[in-house]
Amino acid sequence: MKISAFHLMPHRELPVDFEKRYESVWVTPPWWELADARRVGEYYNWTLDELLYAAKCGFDGVCTNEHHQNAYGFMPSPNIMGSVLAKLTNGSDVAIVQMGATLPTSNPPLRVAEEYAMLDCISGGRLVAGLPLGSPMDVSLCYGVTPMEHRERYREAFALTLKAWQAREIFAWNGRYFQLANVNLWPRPIQQPHPPIWVPGSGSISTFDFAVEHDVCYCFLSYSGARSAKTMMDGYWRVVADKGRDLNPYRAGFLQLVVVAENDARAEEMYARHVEYFYHKCLHVPGIWFSPPGNQDYRSLVATMHNPVRRAENPKTLRYRDFVERGYVIAGSPATVRDRLKEEVIDSLRVGNLMVLLQIGSMPHELALENIDRFAREVLPHLRGVWDDEGWVNHWWPKRLRESARPRGAAAVGARPV
Amino acid sequence: MIREETHSVWQGRVRIRVLSKGRGPALVFFHGPWGLTWDPFLEELAQSFSVVAPEHPGTTPAAPDDIYHLDGLWDLVLCYDELLEALGLENAAFVGHSFGAMVACEVAAAYPRRARSLTLIAPIGFWRDAEPVVNWMMLDLDALRGRIFRDPAGDAAKRMFGPSEPPDAAAATRVRLMWSMGATGKFIWPIPDKGLKKRIHRVKAPTLLLWGQDDRLVPPAYADEFVRRLPGAGVQTMDGCGHAPQLEQPNRVAQMVRDFLRL
Repeated sequence: MKISAFHLMPHRELPVDFEKRYESVWVTPPWWELADARRVGEYYNWTLDELLYAAKCGFDGVCTNEHHQNAYGFMPSPNIMGSVLAKLTNGSDVAIVQMGATLPTSNPPLRVAEEYAMLDCISGGRLVAGLPLGSPMDVSLCYGVTPMEHRERYREAFALTLKAWQAREIFAWNGRYFQLANVNLWPRPIQQPHPPIWVPGSGSISTFDFAVEHDVCYCFLSYSGARSAKTMMDGYWRVVADKGRDLNPYRAGFLQLVVVAENDARAEEMYARHVEYFYHKCLHVPGIWFSPPGNQDYRSLVATMHNPVRRAENPKTLRYRDFVERGYVIAGSPATVRDRLKEEVIDSLRVGNLMVLLQIGSMPHELALENIDRFAREVLPHLRGVWDDEGWVNHWWPKRLRESARPRGAAAVGARPV
Repeated sequence: MIREETHSVWQGRVRIRVLSKGRGPALVFFHGPWGLTWDPFLEELAQSFSVVAPEHPGTTPAAPDDIYHLDGLWDLVLCYDELLEALGLENAAFVGHSFGAMVACEVAAAYPRRARSLTLIAPIGFWRDAEPVVNWMMLDLDALRGRIFRDPAGDAAKRMFGPSEPPDAAAATRVRLMWSMGATGKFIWPIPDKGLKKRIHRVKAPTLLLWGQDDRLVPPAYADEFVRRLPGAGVQTMDGCGHAPQLEQPNRVAQMVRDFLRL
């Protein structure tokens, strides 16, 4: 089992009536009314410190991600964050999990191939290369990519990236969306033939197919918990089986919100308002923006309109106890948290690469550190061995880190010669 | 009776269904972003004209994926030239609505001899920072309905948005609207200013602009952008209509078209 700490880098101090006053947390929230650059500088530093702390506490990986024009999570360049993490964790066995730089918003997408190769070089081969499609808000609404071209651009950029990492000869790329006459990537990644690839998604069938065809790790990034993800993930494993791949649990990643305290009651006292802040404010986005016309192909559109399997409940009508009861958030004592994670997430969805979000919404820095610390000490060690007896190899993890069960407190002592 | 035929263009990769009816001078109608339906406006025009109404690529039922064979506006304009060729129409009166009016104008700019006249109903094609065209692809369907129509509860709106029951019919309507916006949106995302300003001077046809006074998607002020570049173009602003005057007041708009074309 590999367990990584995920971070969104949210705005932690949105006004109480934010969701009533503003149209959306994404695309249109007014910076000048809502944020202050000096304060935001503190958020970035807290975020880095929280991830570095997680690395020090024994997490297997630290995850960053790319989003634009929003207060939900604003690391427009995950690789800037990732490079700090890579440098400062040198000497330890933590993976740098970029979840990641978004190909369709990078022009040319070769930029992602280059920066990931840099990160792999800086980190001594500890990169996990997340290659997300990007949300429609980011890709189409903020960055202007035509919704109908989003997936096609992604697929072309994905193929280009893989070829650019591996080609022995300089090559010309005469694509539909990208034309490059001399592709000759400098640098190349340390990991050969290329760093492990994760493709995050939110349950779209075409992304399942894509992930299985390309033999990458599919990561379901859900905020609705494992129970509502069950149908999706069962569908994913069916595709895996249908296409003749093995049922290696490391083919699946899952993101789960987690808060840990001495006991369940204390967890509510400490975390309830931050969880509600996250679901009420950080996800305040008009529904159509998640899937503007043209974003879904015709087949998926017909399927979604006729069988809305994810008839999402409106999280604004739910409170902390609802989120916990439904498994949106796994919360409580260490025992509660590890039992639920094991049963509902790891076993039920067959997940080998677990990501946990431990800084949630308005959660202040000190409390985030406390949550990370408690998780690392009292939950993580109990889950790490879950799949060991089945003997699967995590092909989607940096090779040199595959075998390590990271001791707590592994110190960062500077770059290891490679 | 409405005739229906499907033509293949673009090396056979793009199928375009064409609805037609009526006798008289040829009139080609280019529909807007919400798909083609044979509505009372077209019915009224068919009393005086031989109306030919093609579906934009991708919006023809059973051929949704054909849209993926077109990369941009230039491809689309060429497709329409091929279609007119296939229809045996050397030239015709062009009438277009919204996105379709922009397409009509682009075809008339690329092939000035193909357009005998241009009737542009609430056309897009230009951009003013101070009066942005609303991106209808960012609106949920209920909000959209209130933006297209002056009267969102009226018959015209009901016709476009269909019944809410049974659920399958409602779902089919949502698919039709979403897909039509996606397929047409491919040519205009994210700002519907795709260079018409560089090409519009090539238009030779007499032009009439029609705008609903209460257009809440494309402000009527955009008429100035067209008139500035097409000296002699007429402008009619209609009260009691939103972005689809030909649907909300079909008889009145049809009469305006007839009056204009008799000139």
